[in-house]
Amino acid sequence: MKANCWYGKTDTRVEDVPDPQILNQRDAIVKISSTAICGSDLHLYNGLIPTMQRGDILGHEFMGEVVEVGREITNLKIGDRVVVPFPIACGNCFFCQDEMFSLCENSNPNAWMSEKMFGHAASGIFGYSHLTGGYAGGQAEYARVPFADVGPIKVPHHLTDEQVLFLSDIFPTGFMGAEMCDIMPGDTIAIWGCGPVGQFSIRSAFLLGAERVIAIDEVPERLQMAELGGAQTIDFSRQNVYEALMDLTGGRGPDSCIDDVGMEAHAPAIVEAYDRVKQAMMLETDRPHALREAIMCCRNGGTVSVIGVYGGFIDKFPMGSVMQRSLTIRTGQAHVQRYMPRLLQLIENGDIDPSFVVTHIMNLEDAPKAYEMFKKKQDGCIKVVLKPGMNGHHETIH
Amino acid sequence: MTAKAQPLSYGTTFTEQRPKHGLPATRAKRLAKGLGWFSVGLGLTELLAPKAIAKITGVSNAHTGLIRLYGARELAAGIGIFAQQKPTESVWARVAGDALDLTTLGIAFSSPNAKRGRMAFATANVLAVTALDLICAKQLTGDRGIHAKASCLINQTPDEVYRFWRNFENLPRFMKHLEAVEDLGGGRSRWAAKAPAGTTVEWEAEIIADVPGEVITWRSLENSDVDNAGAVRFETAPGHRGTIVKVNLEYNPFGGAVGAAIAKLFGEEPGQQLDDDLRRLKQVLEVGEVVVSDATLMSTGYFAQRAAQPPDVEELELAEESESLPSQTGTNYRTATEGRTT
Repeated sequence: MKANCWYGKTDTRVEDVPDPQILNQRDAIVKISSTAICGSDLHLYNGLIPTMQRGDILGHEFMGEVVEVGREITNLKIGDRVVVPFPIACGNCFFCQDEMFSLCENSNPNAWMSEKMFGHAASGIFGYSHLTGGYAGGQAEYARVPFADVGPIKVPHHLTDEQVLFLSDIFPTGFMGAEMCDIMPGDTIAIWGCGPVGQFSIRSAFLLGAERVIAIDEVPERLQMAELGGAQTIDFSRQNVYEALMDLTGGRGPDSCIDDVGMEAHAPAIVEAYDRVKQAMMLETDRPHALREAIMCCRNGGTVSVIGVYGGFIDKFPMGSVMQRSLTIRTGQAHVQRYMPRLLQLIENGDIDPSFVVTHIMNLEDAPKAYEMFKKKQDGCIKVVLKPGMNGHHETIH
Repeated sequence: MTAKAQPLSYGTTFTEQRPKHGLPATRAKRLAKGLGWFSVGLGLTELLAPKAIAKITGVSNAHTGLIRLYGARELAAGIGIFAQQKPTESVWARVAGDALDLTTLGIAFSSPNAKRGRMAFATANVLAVTALDLICAKQLTGDRGIHAKASCLINQTPDEVYRFWRNFENLPRFMKHLEAVEDLGGGRSRWAAKAPAGTTVEWEAEIIADVPGEVITWRSLENSDVDNAGAVRFETAPGHRGTIVKVNLEYNPFGGAVGAAIAKLFGEEPGQQLDDDLRRLKQVLEVGEVVVSDATLMSTGYFAQRAAQPPDVEELELAEESESLPSQTGTNYRTATEGRTT
């Protein structure tokens, strides 16, 4: 089959690799109809996540048709149309039973690696380095899906791929970012980053009862999409974010702040240069500008929800501000399996149509070109969906 | 106040409370500290004044870059010694560094610019330090074999976990180095394990203590290939959140302490191995089989991992032969492949 493989910094290649097989009896094999590139794939693409190996298949947002199931699988049958969550979870361990699926204790066979780096290991993830298990990813024609009796959710045929694909990651991720804020009626929520996850956080915050959402980015088309979602926007390349937020909130600050950016933040020149130098010298692994700013802006006693991906160490972390002002920090990889049924229901009800975020639909064969375009935010690119065996090469939706 | 006393020993000759070595260990630690200061001093000199070092040792001035590099290595070894409570690894690292220095000096001897008199003096000095390093490392390592301990928390009752473990024939399903365990009855069992270079070692063991749902301890009989003993305890976790399994193993490997240290250098760390074994035990009990990913199909070591892409038919056959595929997996993968690719 064809698959998009990682070969080093900004080097991915679509290659012929063996088809996946059933290896554990709770596996299923899925023939992929649509797969997406995630903002967090860019951390791999930019070489910032350790333990990648040449030839690793990328991709953790995918859906398709079940073509084979292991002996233990009774909930799925050949031909079912499913969306696959990005965390791999066994359903039997302490954390799975507590619905903290991205903390599954049994799905990461490389847990020892994670333990060395993080103290404890989280769940396995498709196509996301050997630290998260070394599972082949979903930017391919087929994928092996372990614990198919826990993860994949069946989706009805009257919904298009673009409407349900993002149940795999960015919709639940954006939603959990908002949910962690424990939004009360009347709340103002500030959101750093208007990439695809940020867009879903904006809409989720409103679905969860926020009165006002203020979204922060510098890319015009992203800010425009945020405004279409009902948010007020701050362009950080033109305005001082802290001053603008204090102005909008009468100096109190937003009730909760969501970091939808993570480890590769862009920032005003001097701060960004400082973090880039430290990152290059391996003195810190992540550039945490958005997180620092979210903490400083949040109102006293408020919540800072960190859903953007961090991979290692940061410095100049304003712990004094967190402690002195009774802030709550909540964070984690999304427990996708927990949210899927509820969010699918919202889509079926017509409360939200996640396809709004798609700007490009491309052939899987053009994955390397798509990564380049997504990284450089060319051609108004916000979200790319890749289709194996698609007729033609390119479709732009604006 | 009455504290609930934990039993300290189960009648075996080893426990976690085993007394520490007295005088020799203290002396070895003091020697290690001295070697640490030596490392820091030499390291700093090599880093800051590589030309002076080149002159003293008689090697060419062209190699100051290399000397700086070795300086950094010395400094790291020195810091390692001070950073560790018991600097066994760091002192062994010094031994490895000495070997590297001697090799480098050997190569330099053949250079036409070599000042052989000075080099001979430098080599004699390195040899003297090497001897000290070796003595120190061996004293720190001690001669009591390998002791590994690990624990894990399993989402089942102590009785369930005990029953699985007490059927010793289950052990090879999650203990990677075991090939087979045969229950001979009467508390006796025969064990076969993989040993280095594709060989197998065998021994017979007897159960010393066996309290259902609580503890099992065993010990190899006299005249075994590998002298070893083990204990596993099953404790109810607070709040009845499953069972805390605690394992202690002790064995004398081939080549004694030196063999153990060399094995450590190559990544065969017994504590890590036991951790991995217990993780597999947890998988077998909680999800029914050992969980594999594309990368870990053949091995769990990082350097031996394959890329995260599906194995081809040959690799799958190899995985089945080496029993690294879960035991229950009997998939007809060949027909499956043919079905989809045609």
